Amino acid sequence: MATSVFALEPLWLALLLQALAALLLFLIGAVVVGYLEHKVLAHMQDRLGPMEAIWHGIGQLPADGLKFLQKEDIIPTAADRWVFALAPAVAVVPGVVVIAVLPFGPGLWLTDLDAGIFFALAASGVTVLGTLMAGWSSANKFSLMGGLRGAAQLISYELPLVLAAAAIVIQAGTLSLPGIVEAQHGFTLFGVPMIYGIPHIIGLGLFFVAALAELSRPPFDMPIADSELIAGHMTEYTGMRYAFFMLSEYAGMVILSALATVLFLGGWYPWPGVGLPEGAAGMVLGFVITFAKILVLSAIMVWLRATFPRMREDQLQRLSWSVLIPLGLLNIVLVATAKVWF
Amino acid sequence: MSETLPHEGGVILPGGPGEAMSVEIRDGGLVTQEMNLNIGPQHPATHGVLRVVIDLDGEVIVRARPVIGYMHRGFEKLAEARDYRQIIALVNRHDWLSAFCNELGVALAVERLMELEVPERAQWIRVLMSEWNRILNHLMFIGSFGLELGAITPVFFSFREREDIQSFLESATGGRLHFTYTRVGGLKEDLPAGFLDASRQMAATMRSRNDEYRQLLLGNEIFQARTKGVGALAPDVAVDYGVTGPTLHATGVAEDVRLSEPYCVYDELDVKVPVRTNGDSYDRFVVLLDRIDASLDLIEQVHEGLPAGPVNRKMPKTVKAPEGATYVRTENPLGQGGYYLVSDGGKTPWRMRMRTPSFSNIQMVPELLEGSLLSDMIAILGSVYFVVGDVDR
Repeated sequence: MATSVFALEPLWLALLLQALAALLLFLIGAVVVGYLEHKVLAHMQDRLGPMEAIWHGIGQLPADGLKFLQKEDIIPTAADRWVFALAPAVAVVPGVVVIAVLPFGPGLWLTDLDAGIFFALAASGVTVLGTLMAGWSSANKFSLMGGLRGAAQLISYELPLVLAAAAIVIQAGTLSLPGIVEAQHGFTLFGVPMIYGIPHIIGLGLFFVAALAELSRPPFDMPIADSELIAGHMTEYTGMRYAFFMLSEYAGMVILSALATVLFLGGWYPWPGVGLPEGAAGMVLGFVITFAKILVLSAIMVWLRATFPRMREDQLQRLSWSVLIPLGLLNIVLVATAKVWF
Repeated sequence: MSETLPHEGGVILPGGPGEAMSVEIRDGGLVTQEMNLNIGPQHPATHGVLRVVIDLDGEVIVRARPVIGYMHRGFEKLAEARDYRQIIALVNRHDWLSAFCNELGVALAVERLMELEVPERAQWIRVLMSEWNRILNHLMFIGSFGLELGAITPVFFSFREREDIQSFLESATGGRLHFTYTRVGGLKEDLPAGFLDASRQMAATMRSRNDEYRQLLLGNEIFQARTKGVGALAPDVAVDYGVTGPTLHATGVAEDVRLSEPYCVYDELDVKVPVRTNGDSYDRFVVLLDRIDASLDLIEQVHEGLPAGPVNRKMPKTVKAPEGATYVRTENPLGQGGYYLVSDGGKTPWRMRMRTPSFSNIQMVPELLEGSLLSDMIAILGSVYFVVGDVDR
């Protein structure tokens, strides 16, 4: 298996490059998906979306970022200052950390952990701590309710997410993310090379639904339900701190789409059994293929946002505990049986 | 205005750091304190400046009380200082979504006092405009209801249609929101050339678009789960509170002024009143969609039957209503509008009292809210159909 391109000497140079690359990928991913959302949503709704910034509005999100930088940073008098100030950072950092283990192409990962998928899911779960901190410290009832809804949602949706991933781990026989891609590359279904997403269609569905809920994306956006709770935990935030929350949402879309790409869609390979050229060309091609898959999944998330109304909190919990989690357990049993059988 | 509701043992929980949320165990059960929450006057769910004070137990609404009056502009008093022509421009504005229907009510009241016979053609055009206005109004609520439930697309679709309708109404009236097209004794002027063609074309487009809305929302499982059985209103409660319009029709009561006390030429037309029976948010929404179809039927009948002739009567320079009083009911898009006009023979009314549908509809909101979830409050407030300006006047 290929080693990471960042396995360099000396170590400090490698670390510096890794940190920079993670940050850059995080920002670029969030901005690209953010732009995708602006435009796809707009065209689905029979309008144009941003058109003025540079060309067809591609500069819109960086411009928004600049605007947010200039805004006054308001902290409510009654707020718990430290927790309030820290919450956006807590929401953003897990995203950057998870990027470190995601493979974006052959050799294009910052580090290959043996327990990569475990680390990725655990770290992305920390994001909700930021939501909860923001909700609690804002001294606003709408924020509080948003924070609590977010926490309740995470508890019920982390489980189906992990169960769906566990089934793939059983299938691939490894927890390492590049390992899963390679295992999938060699996977055949009745002799035909196949991505995991087709035999594991239940797992893919579970993972995608749970990922939507984890990200608080519509139709599971109750924590920030703008018509009920103004903006949920973000109600009291202004300027850059608010932008951090938005950034973490878009980066979350990139990360969970990337995870789904690795687990179900064959990672950087166009199709299992179809190889990539050696060297730099393969890396670039692999990166393009991975990112294309990520964008397709993100576009589906946007499509769902354009189509569905918001669910209610109790309906969401019922869906998770009485449908998704039993289905996830059943899926594991099925996969394990099939694995032993064949 | 007191910030809390008058009830015993009610405690305000600001719900933030430094304010411990006390939980105690009493009689073997977990007892939590209620949280008092102000929804509004500035809140995205109340589209306008309505304020609802609610007490929450978890996410369940224990008590709810709408607080109105943030948009009181004293229209009834203003009307006493305006002559009848000016009043028509005035009543456009309290319910900005039913502008034409409002001005029509006032014109009818003055004409009844003056015992004026309005030319036939004007009456038909009045019906045409009323129905287009009804569709404009309903489109607004179809969009906003979806938006409040979190479906962000319908509002863009319905506003696209609103835009088209407003464009050709503008060609006749000069206004897009406040039409001011009615005059005592007729209309401002006749329809411009090409108006009827545009109207015919739009009616056909609107019919297919209405099906599009149905497909977009009604079949959606989340939409059904959010609205079916939510905020079910009993017919007797609705009648007790004086609820009218689509909200009443959704409960199964088919009271409609266009049938029970026809004005203009509604008695010559085949008026259909769509009725549903459950009275919940879903039915209220379906009634709205069906009413658009019913209005399109009427519009098509007007297209066919529109007679030629003048649209105006020669009126004196100052319109003076003779001494007396009259009460005129009209079927406005949101329900029944009533205009009680008292004149002492001068050029301004001595008193003009307005009965507005939104005011009656908002009264029964606590009835529906208590015991429902906070998220359901959005589905209920969005489907009771009110305009805050129409509540406060």
